[in-house]
Amino acid sequence: MPGNSKTTDPKFEFALRMGDNCLILGQQVGAWCGHAPAIEEDIALANVALDLIGQTRLWLAYAGKVEGAGRSADDLAFLRDARDFRNALLVEQPNGDFGQTLMRQFLFDAWHYPMLDALTGSSESEIAEIAEKSVKEASYHLERSRDLVIRLGDGSDESHRRMQTALDELWRFAGELTTSDDVDEALAVAGIVPDLAEIEARYLDIVRAACDAATLALPEDAFMQSGGKTGMHTEALGYLLADMQFLQRAYPGATW
Amino acid sequence: MGTVAVRPSVDEVWRWLEDVPDPEIPVISVVDLGIVRDVAWENEELVVTVTPTYSGCPATTVIALDIEEAVRRRGVTKVSLKTQLSPAWTTAWITEAARERLREFGIAPPVEGASCAGALKAPPVVACPRCGSEATERVSQFGSTPCKASYRCTACLEPFDYFKSF
Repeated sequence: MPGNSKTTDPKFEFALRMGDNCLILGQQVGAWCGHAPAIEEDIALANVALDLIGQTRLWLAYAGKVEGAGRSADDLAFLRDARDFRNALLVEQPNGDFGQTLMRQFLFDAWHYPMLDALTGSSESEIAEIAEKSVKEASYHLERSRDLVIRLGDGSDESHRRMQTALDELWRFAGELTTSDDVDEALAVAGIVPDLAEIEARYLDIVRAACDAATLALPEDAFMQSGGKTGMHTEALGYLLADMQFLQRAYPGATW
Repeated sequence: MGTVAVRPSVDEVWRWLEDVPDPEIPVISVVDLGIVRDVAWENEELVVTVTPTYSGCPATTVIALDIEEAVRRRGVTKVSLKTQLSPAWTTAWITEAARERLREFGIAPPVEGASCAGALKAPPVVACPRCGSEATERVSQFGSTPCKASYRCTACLEPFDYFKSF
């Protein structure tokens, strides 16, 4: 990738991608705590955030181990700059209204669930174990976000409008989740990760079926923005990290 | 240290752990819950292998401390906790007796076989822990802790927690 030709272990890159997706989305979703439109949703959002942060710890601890430079999961989460984050652009998009948060979650879950499911068969045992642990949680996340996308998409005029707007806004950021690059290909050949084309097929099945039921129209022939997987982020990530990393930046090594 | 006390047997350690309650659901122990996977002596060190319930469950840290405290209190000085991810924890490991205690405590135990593997299945039929009616409905898939969902009984009208099949 231009501007990012450092040769690192593809397993390290991959673990960062998985972990950073969970970390950034977990941080975003956690911000809803105390602000959701209903108490049940408040609890659901906090629980989903908690699962994602838990999964982050597994992936980033593994990444640190693969890298072999002595960096812990916390070091990787709190002491890297935006350029070194490998999350997909989708998860760093702002929370927006509840519809936007929900659509972002659904598009992520619709990819995350089949991805983790396939990773349980990874030839790398530690990746397979993290996937085995995480896939159950992801399946609950998908069940909830899919259900709500359908209910709100096929709901009132207002909820439908908001869900369609969210889909139109976010769709272009979802493509890179299922677009293969050198890292994905090198690992797929080794049987460590699945072929992303297979994941894309399962992902699209889930998304199409839900959008049909939700009376939402998928954008056609949309341009797909990419870059997150190689560290080229949108403006939103910098603000998010400034907030998330403030404490460790201002008071290095602070613990409690 | 002077003479080393007689090393407790693995069975004895298991019995101690049967008295360590889950911090959020104190009617069941960490052994009932199925998260203690192994107890073994490795040379002079006691190694307790634990598997997390949900990866982000805040109780995990407390559970680890409680287990360590329970064995140290009985005089074991060298103890380490090992985390094991695979096989992933499943509610199928919760013992029958513990399920009954959950019910008495007001939490509907997991309906096994209704697990999430298929992801997009209809929610399971959960009997009300108070009146036993199956006329219940899910209020929210997420409840007071990561492992529970919120349900409501339409017969006795009581809300209740359901320990999700996982």
